[in-house]
Amino acid sequence: MTDSLLEVAGLGKRYPVRSGVFGFRELVAADEVSLSVKAGETLALVGESGSGKSTVGRCILRLETPSGGRVRLDGKEITELPESEVRKLRPQMQMVYQEPLESLNPRHPVGKLVAEPLFLHGIVPKSDIKRRVVELFRLVGLGEEHVGRYPHALSGGQQQRVGIARALASNPRLLVLDEPTSALDVSVEAQILNLLKDLQEKLKLAYLFISHDLAVVSMLADRVAVLYLGQIVETGPTRDVLFNSYHPYTRALVSATPVDHPRQKKRRISLSGEPTSPIDPPANCRLVPRCPFAQPVCSKVEAELASVDAHRSTRCVRFQREHRNGIWNPSE
Amino acid sequence: MAAVAPRIRANSRALLHWCRRNPVTAFGFGIIIGLGILGLLAPLVAPYDPYALNPANRMRPPSWDHLFGTGIFGEDIFSRVLYGIRIDFGIGLGAVAFGLVAGSSVGVFAGYYGGKIDEVLMRLMDIVAAFPGFILAMAIAGVLGPSIPNLIIAIAFVNVPVYARLSRSRFLVIRSSLYAMAARGVGASDMRILAWHLLPNSLAPIFVQSTLQCGWAILDAAGLSFIGLGVHLPTPEWGVMIGLGAPRIISGQWWISFFPGLAIAITVMGFNLIGDGLQDLLDPKRW
Repeated sequence: MTDSLLEVAGLGKRYPVRSGVFGFRELVAADEVSLSVKAGETLALVGESGSGKSTVGRCILRLETPSGGRVRLDGKEITELPESEVRKLRPQMQMVYQEPLESLNPRHPVGKLVAEPLFLHGIVPKSDIKRRVVELFRLVGLGEEHVGRYPHALSGGQQQRVGIARALASNPRLLVLDEPTSALDVSVEAQILNLLKDLQEKLKLAYLFISHDLAVVSMLADRVAVLYLGQIVETGPTRDVLFNSYHPYTRALVSATPVDHPRQKKRRISLSGEPTSPIDPPANCRLVPRCPFAQPVCSKVEAELASVDAHRSTRCVRFQREHRNGIWNPSE
Repeated sequence: MAAVAPRIRANSRALLHWCRRNPVTAFGFGIIIGLGILGLLAPLVAPYDPYALNPANRMRPPSWDHLFGTGIFGEDIFSRVLYGIRIDFGIGLGAVAFGLVAGSSVGVFAGYYGGKIDEVLMRLMDIVAAFPGFILAMAIAGVLGPSIPNLIIAIAFVNVPVYARLSRSRFLVIRSSLYAMAARGVGASDMRILAWHLLPNSLAPIFVQSTLQCGWAILDAAGLSFIGLGVHLPTPEWGVMIGLGAPRIISGQWWISFFPGLAIAITVMGFNLIGDGLQDLLDPKRW
């Protein structure tokens, strides 16, 4: 796997949480997350709210400092680098944020915000900046007339296009897309997704696509990693993971997506109870308290992410013990 | 060049529109700008030399020759009030400028870096703020001696904690904003984030506070001069003039104190009216 553009191994992020008068406990937002993205490929990171998706994305880009693990960009270790060194690598890896308006400084016209990375990293000569900004605006489907406008004067979709243009300004090879369309309405969402797809083809970008929307994921992603309480519980090619899920959590996620037609019937697999708190999570399989298939053995042995075949792996203890030929269909 | 005229016309139309929608703020601006112009043009407008004494013409009530009457040495109150604009506006704006720069620098560093720096700086500010403002200003002005620069320093010093707290609280909020993170994401340095991204977003409430503070600074300056710790005679400062006339009110010569007092009241009101409307004016979303 040396041909990966981004390689993450054992990434962890823990936050101390005050509890009681003196005590501190740990909130585990990401635990031993390992993933890799090849150049030009899309890896989707899916999971429910609070599963640690955004934290993983921010730790990879060093917008937050990870508590442990390694991140390699294009074979170069960046985990230990000081901020001043990371800054030099930032042009290669950029992020598109979930809330387009909040990610744009309200006091500056959007053209200046897009120009910022251009002159910070000397991407184009000073005299060319204006021309390049207009070019970037065109690239994301915005007219020249928007250059001088302020973020609040644009619609949500336009704001997100500005966010994308700003991310593209430094000619990155990797984009972390942190739920880029979840704040937009459905028609605009489709436009932005198409734009992202076109841009990927045109610019040979690699995407780490963070999302909770499996329909969107199935349209955009080559591979999927499912995150639950900071742990990856299943990875594999998108079709396989979504249509033949191994892990009960993935099954529950898939069965929670709306069906295409009212008469369509499908089996509902529902998890009971609230999501388990990421503060002091269960020691072994973290899904045990909510899993409809859990057996006593599940909370006794360590749940490890194990390969099932060349492309897929899962963390489900029962699956690893009971599956035959990659098929496992328990009824209770 | 040809494009300038229509642009000016468009801008003045926008200004007129704004004035109609915010008559109170516009009124405040009108007062302050009007007084400012009067102060600048004082040598042209004032009918007499503000320092000229005329013992033969002492304590005359307001008349056409002396609009605001004459003082206890026969000086023309109207001319002195006009020249007083220069002194009092100068002290007010100077004190606010010093206080603003010093206070918000403290607040910005405390708010952005947090931790021990924050703790030390803000406790120092608490010490300053623990004294009643006017009393502390009295002490400082008393130690430094009566002069205009000392008066400015004394008033500015007392106001430092106000700006420090305000800018710190603002910075604490916007430091963790998503656009600050996004700026780091595109590769901006700490200094750049501070200066280009955070500072412009923290200024609006500080400016609002400083216009309100302008009125108070003038009031403080007049107060200190009134009790003899500020500017001294024969400088045409409003507080001094009030102090001079105060014992005469009871004997019927009310105009000696009344007109400088009126000038202070109108000025403070003007600044307060501006302060109230400025918040709205500085919001980028309204443009």
